Amino acid sequence: MRERFLTGYNDFVLPFMIGMIFILSYCAIGLIRILKQLPKDDRRRFFISLVTPKTIVKNIRDIFCDCLLHVKIWKRNKLLGYMHSSIAFGWFMLIVIGHIEVFLYVPHRAKLFYYPIFFRYFVAETETTMKGAFFFFLMDFFLLLVLSGIFLAMFKRIRSRMFGMRRTTNPSFLDLIGLYSLWAIFPLRLLAEGFTADISGGSFLTKSLNHILNSFLSDHTNMLPAWWAYSCALGIFFVVLPFTRYMHIPTEILLIPLRNAGIKIRNARKGFAKAQVYSCPSCGLCIDACPMGVMKTHIKDTTVYLNRQLRRNNERRIEEISDKCLLCGKCTAICPVGVEGDKLRIAQRSMRKYAVNPDYSGIDTALLPVSPGLADPSVAADDKVLYFAGCMTALTPSISKAMESILVKAGVGYEFMDKEGGLCCGRPMMMAGRLDQARQMVEKNTEIIRRSGAKTLLLSCPICYRIFKEEYRLEGIEVVHHTVYIRRLIASGRLKVGKTGLSYVFHDPCELGRGCGIYDEPREVLLAAGNLVEASKNRKESICCGGSLGSITLGFDKRKSMTENALSNLTVASPDVIVTACPLCRSTFTRYADRPVEDIAETIDRNV
Amino acid sequence: MDFGFKISPSSAVNLDNVDLSLYDRLHEVEPDIAKCIACGSCSASCPAGRFSGMSMRKVILDLQRGRQKEAVKMLSGCMLCGKCLMVCPRGINTRHLILAICKLYGED
Repeated sequence: MRERFLTGYNDFVLPFMIGMIFILSYCAIGLIRILKQLPKDDRRRFFISLVTPKTIVKNIRDIFCDCLLHVKIWKRNKLLGYMHSSIAFGWFMLIVIGHIEVFLYVPHRAKLFYYPIFFRYFVAETETTMKGAFFFFLMDFFLLLVLSGIFLAMFKRIRSRMFGMRRTTNPSFLDLIGLYSLWAIFPLRLLAEGFTADISGGSFLTKSLNHILNSFLSDHTNMLPAWWAYSCALGIFFVVLPFTRYMHIPTEILLIPLRNAGIKIRNARKGFAKAQVYSCPSCGLCIDACPMGVMKTHIKDTTVYLNRQLRRNNERRIEEISDKCLLCGKCTAICPVGVEGDKLRIAQRSMRKYAVNPDYSGIDTALLPVSPGLADPSVAADDKVLYFAGCMTALTPSISKAMESILVKAGVGYEFMDKEGGLCCGRPMMMAGRLDQARQMVEKNTEIIRRSGAKTLLLSCPICYRIFKEEYRLEGIEVVHHTVYIRRLIASGRLKVGKTGLSYVFHDPCELGRGCGIYDEPREVLLAAGNLVEASKNRKESICCGGSLGSITLGFDKRKSMTENALSNLTVASPDVIVTACPLCRSTFTRYADRPVEDIAETIDRNV
Repeated sequence: MDFGFKISPSSAVNLDNVDLSLYDRLHEVEPDIAKCIACGSCSASCPAGRFSGMSMRKVILDLQRGRQKEAVKMLSGCMLCGKCLMVCPRGINTRHLILAICKLYGED
């Protein structure tokens, strides 16, 4: 390779350089701002994680898998995965190989920023460059890879269903400019390199293009406009990037180390929350996932639009969107970049100021004695199980009765914490964003549990279970959900369950499945009692029953279609009984179901 | 002079003298409040009732009659657990109603 120009410069690099300098300085300022907004201990934790070998490896692996290869999207849909990874990985490789070429052939130009990008314009092929044929081939190969991705991206705008997406996001005006400039970059690159293929050399793509369109491409007076256009497309893309959804590309690289450092959302708008909002690629996967999507009017209330409004600081819409959500967490579970839609919304709610602030510190816990269980008092000594039914179970007493009956049959000595009524666990208050009030309840309940001297806290409500696991400080006490506990009783042989011919479908309650990661235990329990069929969407993707306490503004009448949608999803394999493990799901489903709905405790109690 | 009994103060509410502007705003935020039939299902199921005398039924009635102080005092015992939401035969979104009251009405 030899250089064609002594100066190693042409004016057409300017648009690219302006865009590049702008985006780099914008990202640097953004990075410093987000790090400054983090609370002090979080920032320390982040810096420590950056030098811990274990997290370094995890960061590199995650960035490679998520940002370049898009493994999560591959798992979702092959075509969508290919589209993303071909563009991201292909572009990345073009940049890397471009730099390698510069280092190999014109090392003295390595300090020039634009040189690797416009390498083929500045150099000419010589006799000895057959060695470079390998790199030429790689460059053309990756360019073809990116072009195939771009072609799929164009196709996706017409037929998103081919990519497993029923609905996609409505792009904003700037998004469209970013999108079109991104689409233009690579065809323009091909054209520009096609012009220079007879000077600088090329491979199967650029060289062939040069041969085929010889009459046009061999005319070197047309060369500069093509390179100008290529540079302009890059420049426009970089300049609009901070104001479009493509900001997720640089932000995600920050979000992954922050997440791996174990940082949580502490402020609704600053620090980690901001990193999440800017990491949202507006892909719209959450639109199809959202259980509210059955009603068209709710489509604009999905997480992708929350992120957009948060970026625009549209307070009215932010409040509307964050109050309506059911907090089922499905958008969080399927999000390929890890935006926590439910936690972001709780954080928005926690910003509200209220004129009336409930205070529970005056409640005397002595008024809330623990009731003795129904079991034979002689067995009560060793187990020390404390059963907390919770508010929702109190409304569906068949569950607590079945649970008590199971405990008696298994010979477990237990005490009943709220037989005569008790305090709320605090989770509904926390979902409403009133964290201080929730914490007061947590303290009161902790006091009662500690005083009872229990070793195991048994819960039949996943809403309670989640907050007991996440927020309560109950060292030395095992917090266990009744699905897990029943499975343990069956496995240890204390509970003998007879199998019937009935087929069951298990509905994964949001708080139990996505909230606490319990999917297998209830299924194992049900397998002991009968046949198990699966819903069309289950486990991580199970559909919220619609009764969730997460939503503040969603009225009773608006929830019906969601419940019916969830029911039709559950009954595709026509099970005899719908089984769930949440009192709230149970009563919501019972309202509209065409077949029996019961709690897992009731099913097992019947078959013991 | 103490006779060992007394006449209880009048509990009559003169609706002509009551300022219901806050109630009207509340009604705008959560129109469900007008749906209440005062059946008392919410109060019967309320777990906070035994500590604070919280009764959603009374809160709604009090607000409609302009007795804000009593309503707000009662409301400060609510734990927002959502049981009232589940038992309400009229499908009133009680949790939103409670939060809206907490936002609109001051404690004075």
